[in-house]
Amino acid sequence: MLPGTPLHERTSALCLGQNWRRWAGHLVASSYELNHEREYWAIRSTAGLIDVSPLHKYLIQGPDAERYLSRVVTRDVGKCDVGRVMYTTWCDAAGKIIDDGTLARLGEDSYRLTSAQPSLLWLHDNLAGMDVRIDDESDSLAAVALQGPNSRDILKMLADSGPDLDRLRFFRLTDARLDDIPVTISRTGYTGDLGYEIWVDAERAIPLWDSLMTAGGPYGILPAGMLALDMARIEAGLMLITVDYVPTHEALLESQKSSPLEMGLGWTVDLDKKYFVGRNALAAEAARGPEWMFRGLDIDWNSLERVYGEVGLPPLVPATAWRTSVPVYRGGRQVGYATSGCWSPLLKKYIALAHLEASAASPGTKLEIELTVEHRRKRAASTVAELPFFDLPRKRA
Amino acid sequence: MPAESFDAIVIGAGHNGLTCAAYLARAGKRVLVLERRPLVGGAAVTEELFPGFKYSVCSYVVSLLRPEIIRDLDLARHGLEILPLESTFTPLPNGDSLLRSADHDETRREIYRHSPQDADAYDRFGRLMYRMALAVKPILSMAPPDPTSMSLKDLRGMLRFGKHFRDLEQEDFFTLYKLMTMSSADFLDEWFETDALKATMSASGIIGTFLGPRSPGTAYVQLHHYMGEIDGVFRAWGFARGGTGAVSDSIARAAEGFGARIRAGASVERVIVKDGRAVGVALENGDTISAGLVISGLDPKRTFLRLLDASDVPADFRRSIERYRMRGSSGKVNLALSELPSFTSRPGMGDHLRGAISISPSQDYLEQAYDDAKYGEFSSRPYMDIVIPSLIDPSMAPPGKHVMSLFVQYAPFELNGGWNDEKREAFGDAVIDAVCEYAPNLRDAILHRQVLTPQDLEDEFGLTGGNIFHGDLSLQQLFFLRPAPGWANYTTPLRGLYQCGSGTHPGGGICGAPGRLAALRVLQDTRW
Repeated sequence: MLPGTPLHERTSALCLGQNWRRWAGHLVASSYELNHEREYWAIRSTAGLIDVSPLHKYLIQGPDAERYLSRVVTRDVGKCDVGRVMYTTWCDAAGKIIDDGTLARLGEDSYRLTSAQPSLLWLHDNLAGMDVRIDDESDSLAAVALQGPNSRDILKMLADSGPDLDRLRFFRLTDARLDDIPVTISRTGYTGDLGYEIWVDAERAIPLWDSLMTAGGPYGILPAGMLALDMARIEAGLMLITVDYVPTHEALLESQKSSPLEMGLGWTVDLDKKYFVGRNALAAEAARGPEWMFRGLDIDWNSLERVYGEVGLPPLVPATAWRTSVPVYRGGRQVGYATSGCWSPLLKKYIALAHLEASAASPGTKLEIELTVEHRRKRAASTVAELPFFDLPRKRA
Repeated sequence: MPAESFDAIVIGAGHNGLTCAAYLARAGKRVLVLERRPLVGGAAVTEELFPGFKYSVCSYVVSLLRPEIIRDLDLARHGLEILPLESTFTPLPNGDSLLRSADHDETRREIYRHSPQDADAYDRFGRLMYRMALAVKPILSMAPPDPTSMSLKDLRGMLRFGKHFRDLEQEDFFTLYKLMTMSSADFLDEWFETDALKATMSASGIIGTFLGPRSPGTAYVQLHHYMGEIDGVFRAWGFARGGTGAVSDSIARAAEGFGARIRAGASVERVIVKDGRAVGVALENGDTISAGLVISGLDPKRTFLRLLDASDVPADFRRSIERYRMRGSSGKVNLALSELPSFTSRPGMGDHLRGAISISPSQDYLEQAYDDAKYGEFSSRPYMDIVIPSLIDPSMAPPGKHVMSLFVQYAPFELNGGWNDEKREAFGDAVIDAVCEYAPNLRDAILHRQVLTPQDLEDEFGLTGGNIFHGDLSLQQLFFLRPAPGWANYTTPLRGLYQCGSGTHPGGGICGAPGRLAALRVLQDTRW
């Protein structure tokens, strides 16, 4: 059987539909309740507890760790102080994205990199001549994301002494004890909401889960599965590897690859650094401007009413997020493709994430997205939107 | 009885001969297929040599059978079902093992156990080989153009060939170049550190060749086999329900459905040539049958050096065929078993028995097996590719009993002192001993044993030198050089004589492409 995560004993008891999906070779719950809707709302209105243990995690340590990571990732690691977390991409020599993840500076010479894809070989490929040691912590370290407006209050219940969670800023981390369990808490997440990711020794994962669930009870905590998370991350404009972009190591064609600039991640590319893998290609691309942009699409409700109305139906929007490639047009010409989308219950909008030709990607541009209405292909008006769709002050406050 | 007349006679009812006949019959031609043995199939036969137990006697797995052939000849309707062989299991002498299954995550976890970096490398390597196979695969379905010819057709062919390679990414082109020139051991050393993984992967680079994993050129052979391992659009290795004979039988039924005649037990002694043109065949029983064309599905040496009078074959062509390398390097052992083998590293029944079981613990093991053969001995501890067809298709053996197919390499055709009954049994014993190192219960489970040496493959199945692919799959005799320069397009120096066996492009394995492409060539050339 495919292995569960260190939390499987708890999550499997909670997963009413036994509707598992795979994540990095592990079983994770699509939803715990028979319908994921309440889990989505927990993330947005109370707190959702998400098992994110399958993330690949690498502990990178040594006197050359900073120099090494500066070579590998696109961000300037020199600016990453101890206790800070950076979201970053890393690229091949052609400046195309291999993966994206978070890089946390745990100590002077100690970092933790998370990635969606196994990255050990790539990390080792770039290690030559560096005094750095890389340990794969993927199995030994568990992680849960506590996301939602009540997440801070729940943590404060458990961390009665020690770090001041009110002062733990966005993309910062701290060591802490929660109910006396040693953990690392980072103020990060994949939902665009106030939230934390809690990193714990795999063997202590279940006690931690129990403590969080108990403390969170009065605050409306709910375990949340991948379906709820998928909606939240689309609202937050956060891309998903292999869904929204093809990592270079999986691409069969050059044209399938994407650069960080094309993905709207130019801000993670620090061209002031003298060298990092892919720098020359990215500098050249930055100079001429990327050919593609990754944007939001706000699908016009009136237009949906019209195309559905033609067959006598009200607009039917999917209950879960979709992950297929859908053509996007301007006039008669295809100018891009959407890669994921969902109905946002909060915004009351039908939204999508899309790759658009640069000339069609300015926010406000009117485009059309393909949809199938009663077995026939139609197009609905949509407007190019800046990402994220959902950005509340509490995320950073 | 008035003599029947035929547009074409196909010599040999191997799967390629049958495919060729089926395509010709489908085009409305009167075709007669002549087979020496009492049953059709050539090296793709299922035979019940021990009551209740059916052996895929020679060829035992299917991967490269062209999908267009299955479609064109409607082989599913004629009973062809290819069931997936899902895993490769490599037992190791230290009591550990390596199991690669059809599931990516499971395989990754298993390789990670041996080497975390290899787990990453395996995915990347797989993607690379996929791209390589994508680049090479279309060539398998096209008749090779002659690069030295200025004919419009050849030029157009070269252009397609060239465009194909031009479309490759630069990095892929370099990789392809390396694949064409390197040894599979060296190529894999660039990627992996786990010996058993490298050995098992490189084994596909030596199958059917008289080369070791460290011999240059084996990397390409690996790719050739890899093409059968691609999932998705292409097909993975599989096992024909009813054994490989079922492949031949389905093609034979398709051919007969289109009106072809098939005569088994009719051994062709020679091709009758009149004024430089093949006009028919003479059988061993003295009969002669005439036809507008003769197409040989036999190997090149047998066709041109045995069935033809030496004076009918141009000297330079004859020299090319004499130089064509057909060095048998493998034998086959088929077993009827009272129970399944139980491997020390994974005792009892399990999914690992449903796929290929590879005795390839290390690259040195394979190379040492080759060393024995280089100097004229069979490997004392051979490489083996083992399958248990009865686990995939229970009808292959009585309920609860099993058949086991062991492809064994190396066994040189030119054995010191020659092959005889004693040597055959000694070879069989060495094979059983080698497997028993990993699955000790095997010895007592054997109810019946068939051992085929390369000599047997030649004597019984007409494979010259015991070469299972009708000629080494090495680069110097592939594409436009198979089997001889200038004669890679299924024609021969004799008018009216064509070739359609595995000794033509794209080569061996249950592929069918030579038969199909030969038929297309014949139909193009001939106005009946």
